[in-house]
Amino acid sequence: MTPEQLEQIASEETAARARNPRRLSVCMAAGCISSNSDAVKKALERAVAGGPLKDACPVTGVGCMGLCSRGPLVSTEPAGVLYQNVTPEDAGEIVGAVSGPAVERLQCSRELPFFKRQVGVVLENSGQINPERIEDYLAAKGYAALVQALTEMRPAEVIEQVSRSGLRGRGGAGYPTGLKWSTVAKARAETRYVICNADEGDPGAFMDRSVLESDPQRVLEGMIIAGYAVGASRGYIYVRAEYPLAIARLNTAIRQAKHLGLLGSQIGNTEFAFDIELRLGAGAFVCGEETALIASIEGGRGTPRPRPPYPAQAGLFGAPTLINNVETFANIPPIIRNGGDWYAAMGTQRSKGTKVFALTGKINCTGLIEVPMGMSLREIIFEVGGGVPEGRKFKAVQTGGPSGGCIPEQFLDMPVDYDSLAQAGSIMGSGGMIVMDDSSCMVDVAKYFMEFCMSESCGKCIPCRAGTAQMYDLLAKICEGRAALDDLAMLEDLCDMVKNTSLCGLGQSAPNPVLSTLRYFRDEYLAHIQEKKCPAGVCACGMKQEAGS
Amino acid sequence: MTPAVSDVKTLQIDGIDVSAQADQTILDAAREKGLSIPTLCHLDGLGDVGACRLCLVEIKGTSKLLPACVTRVEEGMEVTTQSERLLKYRRMTLELLFAERNHVCSVCVANGHCDLQVLGQAHGLTHVQFPYRYPKLPMDASHDRFVVDHNRCVLCTRCVRVCDEVEGAHTWDVMSRGIGSMVITDLHQPWGESDTCTSCGKCVQVCPTGALFEKGKARLVAKSRDFLPYLAMMREGK
Ligand SMILES: Cc1cc2nc3c(=O)[nH]c(=O)nc-3n(C[C@H](O)[C@H](O)[C@H](O)COP(=O)(O)O)c2cc1C
Ligand code: SF4
Ligand code: FES
Repeated sequence: MTPEQLEQIASEETAARARNPRRLSVCMAAGCISSNSDAVKKALERAVAGGPLKDACPVTGVGCMGLCSRGPLVSTEPAGVLYQNVTPEDAGEIVGAVSGPAVERLQCSRELPFFKRQVGVVLENSGQINPERIEDYLAAKGYAALVQALTEMRPAEVIEQVSRSGLRGRGGAGYPTGLKWSTVAKARAETRYVICNADEGDPGAFMDRSVLESDPQRVLEGMIIAGYAVGASRGYIYVRAEYPLAIARLNTAIRQAKHLGLLGSQIGNTEFAFDIELRLGAGAFVCGEETALIASIEGGRGTPRPRPPYPAQAGLFGAPTLINNVETFANIPPIIRNGGDWYAAMGTQRSKGTKVFALTGKINCTGLIEVPMGMSLREIIFEVGGGVPEGRKFKAVQTGGPSGGCIPEQFLDMPVDYDSLAQAGSIMGSGGMIVMDDSSCMVDVAKYFMEFCMSESCGKCIPCRAGTAQMYDLLAKICEGRAALDDLAMLEDLCDMVKNTSLCGLGQSAPNPVLSTLRYFRDEYLAHIQEKKCPAGVCACGMKQEAGS
Repeated sequence: MTPAVSDVKTLQIDGIDVSAQADQTILDAAREKGLSIPTLCHLDGLGDVGACRLCLVEIKGTSKLLPACVTRVEEGMEVTTQSERLLKYRRMTLELLFAERNHVCSVCVANGHCDLQVLGQAHGLTHVQFPYRYPKLPMDASHDRFVVDHNRCVLCTRCVRVCDEVEGAHTWDVMSRGIGSMVITDLHQPWGESDTCTSCGKCVQVCPTGALFEKGKARLVAKSRDFLPYLAMMREGK
């Protein structure tokens, strides 16, 4: 299909929308589906079919609208009203109000800081378009970046824009994306591969899933552009099998993109050919590590191998391989469309653009947010997130999942970027943010993450395999009030050793939750050890808590 | 003709000048010079996995410790193989291994011929600071000639590699993950019922401990591994 034909589809879609602007959008991402948005959608369809708007108000399923804790969410057009906690019984009233005053009882204000403070780049289409229709994506400037890259830019120019944007990998380590692309592009080889890492396994993280469920074409477009830039003709998306909806939508997206000639040979009527295949992971956290992921795609056991060589030098089947995270690829189309400088104008000195976070835990607005890099933790948690519920006191926020750490109150005004988070003893990670209030015991939190690392360790190297098990036992001993100060010393020794000697990032970062809680909440450890008491009242420490303490 | 770029590198290991081919590892170069770096998962003639972490060394200019068995030499590298920090980590690694399963030398068939025991002695291990985990692990004596005792296994995967890379049978592999990992034959069938096992016994010879041993021998004789580098050499036609 030629660029002109694609434009034709987009403008027909836009014209159709203009002719009939009425529309009901129901969130059909995993969060809202779990609170029954499926039934809401059916009820709305019935209500439309049985009323005066029959055939005049399509009911579409869209991706995540962000405020997952108030799902199911429904929005109406042209009025742009957002409804929260919708039940199937509300359908009649909502349909009746499409062209009149809104149903106040259900209305969710778009003026909430939750919406106002966000900046949509990765999530610009999320909750707006039907993720199962490529026409919707095309009408939202979809594939314009690809066409532009293929017809107006040389591969090196594409990489130049990505470098200029300052984009850093969103999979955790924050490696400069442009640099990675140029390394792969420069590697001497006949064959190169592109891999999208959609293995998202951090507890509490659902950014990548949401992007895939809400706007899958964007990830494909990012990958195809990457393929063009680095000279690859084949891409893989490694997605965990626990994400059935994301997989279904990806399959649909790939089929539709192939149908329009955006995948396969002669893409956009040029010489360029690129194909994408899905590979399903069985849900091992370690398979998100790039070398383990590659081993898994190759059909082997998903265990990491020592780097170097890095995948950019010798990756999949030994060929130079570009591996990026879902969100990283999702940033590419707008960067190409608007230029690297546009992207670099957002964010901080060394962390550019926006970042998607999954807000969970003790926070009023649980859900998915996208904010500019450099926003402070206080703004994210207390403004966007609406603060800690039930008048409890904020204690810490955990970022970076099992590889990250807990950041206490004194850092709330710190700007959120790669470097500040690292300085505070945590990491950006993939974007999970778990908010904890004073009812959380920090030793218990550290134990939880250590248990996760212990059971997700691949078992290949000794420090991680046996070290995490010993550390977990020590943490359990502390929680149970059976530990002595020697145990704490041993725990710290093990943290240091496992961090410095493990083979891959899993082991190297497994001690982080312990180290960061020891740094800021050492008194809680000591209370468990010396007083046999859990200050938060979470752990059964052998001794009864006095009432009210 | 342009002269070939030299593929010989010079570097320093523990302050000693060493030259090595570009494709050699730090471990190769050190051993050629008679410098010893402890290893467990490495075995001459097998592909390296960098898993045991005993061979970690310090390299000037990077804060990361790197495994000597898989890290290639580079021009001007300054390598330290013995430091207080490295020795501490090596001891802890060995202690973690001893505490992980049931390594009771006095009642082990490999007593006196065990790589783990030798490493423990070399590092002056008189006791283990970590609590022993005492897992209850099975023994499989279903094979006519060989036995696997998981209580003694250190998961070095030498058996897995020799069976795959040298014998070409790939009978052995690893099951589960983390602390629950275990070497298995075929798809976790009893060894005696394995369809792929050729009973060649290479796995028994390469096993560093008493995890794999031959039946009917109350005390193991020293294992023979000389065949491996020879086979590897012949294969590569060097
Ligand atoms: C234990 C472990 C798990 C990881 N899991 C993921 C993951 O789920 N998704 C991801 O994108 N990157 C994950 N990574 C990081 C990848 O190894 C790799 O750095 C990343 O995919 C590179 O993409 P980026 O440059 O776009 O961030 C993980 C790393 C480790 C050590
Ligand atoms: S650090 Fe853990 S996950 Fe990584 S290779 Fe070692 S055992 Fe496997
Ligand atoms: S010998 Fe190098 S890691 Fe085991």
